[in-house]
Amino acid sequence: MAILIDRDTRVLVLGLTGRIGSFHAQDMINHGTNVVGGVTPGKGGSTHHGLPVFNTIKGAVSETGATLAICFVPPPFAADAIMEAADAGIKTCVCIADGIPASDMIRVKRYMRRYKSENRMRLIGPNCAGIITPGQAFAGLMPPHIYMPGRVGIIGRSGTLGYEAASQMKEVGIGVSSSIGIGGDPINGSSFRDILELFENDPDTDAVVLVGEIGGPQEAEAARYIRDHMTKPVAAYIAGLSAPKGRTMGHAGAIVSAFGESAQEKVEILGQAGVTIVPTPSSFGEVVQKMIA
Amino acid sequence: MDIHEYQAKDLLKQFGVSVPRGGIAYSPEQAVYRSHELSGGRCVVKAQIHSGARGKAGGVRICGSDEEISEAAAWMLGRKLVTHQTGPQGKLVGRLYVEEATDIAQEIYLGFVMDRTEERVVVVASAHGGMEIEDISADEPDSIIRTVVDPAVGMQAFQAREIAFQLGLDARLIAQAVKTITGCYRLMSDLDASMVEINPLVVTSGGEIVALDAKISFDDNALFRRPEISEMRDKSQEDKRETYAQDRGLSYIGLEGNIGCIVNGAGLAMATLDMIKLAGGEPANFLDVGGGASAERVLMSFRSVLNDPKVEAILVNIFAGINRCDWIAEGVVRAVTELDLKMPLVVRLSGTNEAEGQEILHNSGLNIITAPTLANAAEKVVGLWHETRKEGAA
Repeated sequence: MAILIDRDTRVLVLGLTGRIGSFHAQDMINHGTNVVGGVTPGKGGSTHHGLPVFNTIKGAVSETGATLAICFVPPPFAADAIMEAADAGIKTCVCIADGIPASDMIRVKRYMRRYKSENRMRLIGPNCAGIITPGQAFAGLMPPHIYMPGRVGIIGRSGTLGYEAASQMKEVGIGVSSSIGIGGDPINGSSFRDILELFENDPDTDAVVLVGEIGGPQEAEAARYIRDHMTKPVAAYIAGLSAPKGRTMGHAGAIVSAFGESAQEKVEILGQAGVTIVPTPSSFGEVVQKMIA
Repeated sequence: MDIHEYQAKDLLKQFGVSVPRGGIAYSPEQAVYRSHELSGGRCVVKAQIHSGARGKAGGVRICGSDEEISEAAAWMLGRKLVTHQTGPQGKLVGRLYVEEATDIAQEIYLGFVMDRTEERVVVVASAHGGMEIEDISADEPDSIIRTVVDPAVGMQAFQAREIAFQLGLDARLIAQAVKTITGCYRLMSDLDASMVEINPLVVTSGGEIVALDAKISFDDNALFRRPEISEMRDKSQEDKRETYAQDRGLSYIGLEGNIGCIVNGAGLAMATLDMIKLAGGEPANFLDVGGGASAERVLMSFRSVLNDPKVEAILVNIFAGINRCDWIAEGVVRAVTELDLKMPLVVRLSGTNEAEGQEILHNSGLNIITAPTLANAAEKVVGLWHETRKEGAA
């Protein structure tokens, strides 16, 4: 099934009746995603896009059996919605919001630890473009037609740079098993390492492309995991070779504030772990092609 | 968002941290007047800019007389101080802080940061205060004390006590130290600060613990609920190009090169800068137009890029997901027409409604060069920029 989402996954849209949630939910449905309902507090009992709307996530889960929630709730209220999803028994929550306060995310991550690991929700994002299993289903903002179904997994922080990678791969005939956006925030749900582990254990994935950027420890953590545990080949590109130190480059998390966080250092660390380096943002296609040949 | 030292000290005082007495001054006369309000003895005149290492740049002066204060104030005000944190253009001194001088017996480093590995607030302390934390890490790594705070219950007194004892403070100072450390943590969590740094925190010869310098940064994503903090913003400390763009909701960082960039998505924008460098050019800026960019937003992006007089060529790189290439193309055509753009412009459009976008550009009859890929776009814009340079030289 590739990872995290397929055509059977029952998807709940948080913020379904809002402008953005409504637009993307329709696009998800048009591309085969099994959207089973939405949540907007105060609008329970109504329907939207022909789908039932619920007041609470718990109510929606018990009525629809949803296991994946995509959260279009705006940043000031997103942390609350994520915690509600975790408490309602959602297995995977994809959060799109860009601009959640870091202290809210610290609270969210602390809260999620209340649940035993087997019952703990997996959070993807925030500040991400979502997740897609091409040809089957997606939960996010991406244009699905740029992905060709196939056997290479993609993990990236940036939405549009992930599109760049997928479309270059399609150009040379390489398809994608699943593409997962982990988001550009300093404190996020799933790390590169977490998703690498899912791809390593996925029988439908043969290789992985990692699209990283400056800032934070997660690329280095991924390098250690790849060196010690990955049997599948991994290629990586790190954006921000020309980024000045100490400046936040658009993503709240894209800032070099410690040793090992610059693009050059990350490239070196990943290279030493046996990762194939994609040297420029226009060489995803050829490098991945060579790697899996 | 950064604030000034005097603003940081005012906040610290509200959270129970002792700071030296002082007052703000905008002229040499006010600086002298402030010193008279204090004990009248020695005082320190400190330039208020958003940067550390002000002392080395001449921005901190100990004065013993009215003449010295007046002279120091006149030298600092209106001057651009250059430190290793300001960049070569420096930062303008618009206000001074005049503070009573402190007799220092011991200097301590005390910092609070959002740690991305722990995903929690971490307290960093060292008995080697006065040096920058990078230097302490390099020179005295064993002196660094790290304490992780559980966000569910906040900083506990025992944690602060352990830090104080590890710092080797005298038993009589422990209660004061605990008040200082827990006060800083409360400030951080109550006001959504992303960093609180007191360097140095000093023990005075009179046995008091005082924050001698203070630096506080706030999480931009939390400012929506902190209007009282937003009021402390000092735009004179920001790059004018960045203020203009940020006030219009664009994410912009000014750089040193000549090729202006307009891109959607932060990661793709960084990658575009990298690609320009690889093609032999130097980017003038980072700019993310964001998702769902209207023609209006594209026009604003062009204005932001052109605010930088160094810009001699422009690259637009869009991979449309939520965006639509036709909207972007309309914005590009409007910008070229309304701003009477003469410099080379290369546009790469990909993704949603790509064909419609290309058609709008081609039918405009304007001199807009299109490119199918990022690599091709970067090569073209750098090539054209070199050509115009040569023409200019000839």
